[in-house]
Amino acid sequence: MMTKQSFAVVGIVLLSAQLFALQAPSGQTPAGQAPPGQGEFLPVDQLPPSEQLPAAPLLITAYAFVWIAVFFYVWTVWRRLNKVEAEMRVLEKRQRNPR
Amino acid sequence: MRKVFGPICALTGLMFVCAPLLIARAPYESTMGLVQKIFYFHVPSWMAMYAAIAVCGIASAVHLFKNRPAADRLAVSAAELAVLFGAMGLVTGPLWGRKAWGVWWQWDARLTMALLLELVFISYLLVRSYGGPGSDKLAATVGLFGLAVSPFVYVSVNIWRTVHPLNTVVPTLRAGMFGPFWFCSVAFLLLFTLLLMLRTNLANEQALLDDLYLADEE
Repeated sequence: MMTKQSFAVVGIVLLSAQLFALQAPSGQTPAGQAPPGQGEFLPVDQLPPSEQLPAAPLLITAYAFVWIAVFFYVWTVWRRLNKVEAEMRVLEKRQRNPR
Repeated sequence: MRKVFGPICALTGLMFVCAPLLIARAPYESTMGLVQKIFYFHVPSWMAMYAAIAVCGIASAVHLFKNRPAADRLAVSAAELAVLFGAMGLVTGPLWGRKAWGVWWQWDARLTMALLLELVFISYLLVRSYGGPGSDKLAATVGLFGLAVSPFVYVSVNIWRTVHPLNTVVPTLRAGMFGPFWFCSVAFLLLFTLLLMLRTNLANEQALLDDLYLADEE
């Protein structure tokens, strides 16, 4: 048999659950209504500077990488060519002056 | 070949000096703005990579079926350049994508296939370096495989849904963008020709050295 006291406890629990549910952020929004903060369209160039991703560093990095890659490759070819030519000179000298 | 090297070198240098001026004067793309200017080096680097793949694949086929060492030397030189220009495309692309798409990389059909194509030519070079005797023939089959799969990478954006723009974007360019784009494309193809001549010369010298060593041993 439920007493008045137990009714009061159940009532308080239900009330606090209802209050908690009202305060908790909802994952669902009513149909046809955009979530708060997403209702207004803002062009990307009108974003505050702190939220904008600057394009210039990306552009400079891309062009710099291409140049560095080309120069590095030419340097590796030049280095290998020098090595081959040095070996050739040693070999030719050895062939001219056999032991 | 040595006679044309100097003029090509001068012309390529001149074009790469003029290219930034043309790119700076080209109009801004309406949605992407400044970062879209990566396009003028990104697409030509892929064009140069496809040219390198074509040379490598055809030279590999000639070496495989007709056993021509000169074709093998051309193939290995072109494979190195395919890796170089592919690396340029794979680095400049994510730099552009970070701003345009909000992500550095997306595992979609085009990007993944482009990465795999780069890996095919890296594997070609690894086979050549560590494959031992007979690796030239094995590498030639890898080169042929690379040539066979490259059209699929090109058309992948038209077949699968990807974040990458379609191939039809180039013919729809505005007049002010068209000139700099083709100018950079020609400059990159000339750079590819120049580097191919340089690298083939190195391969020829290495072959000569090997012959000298063989003669010395005899």
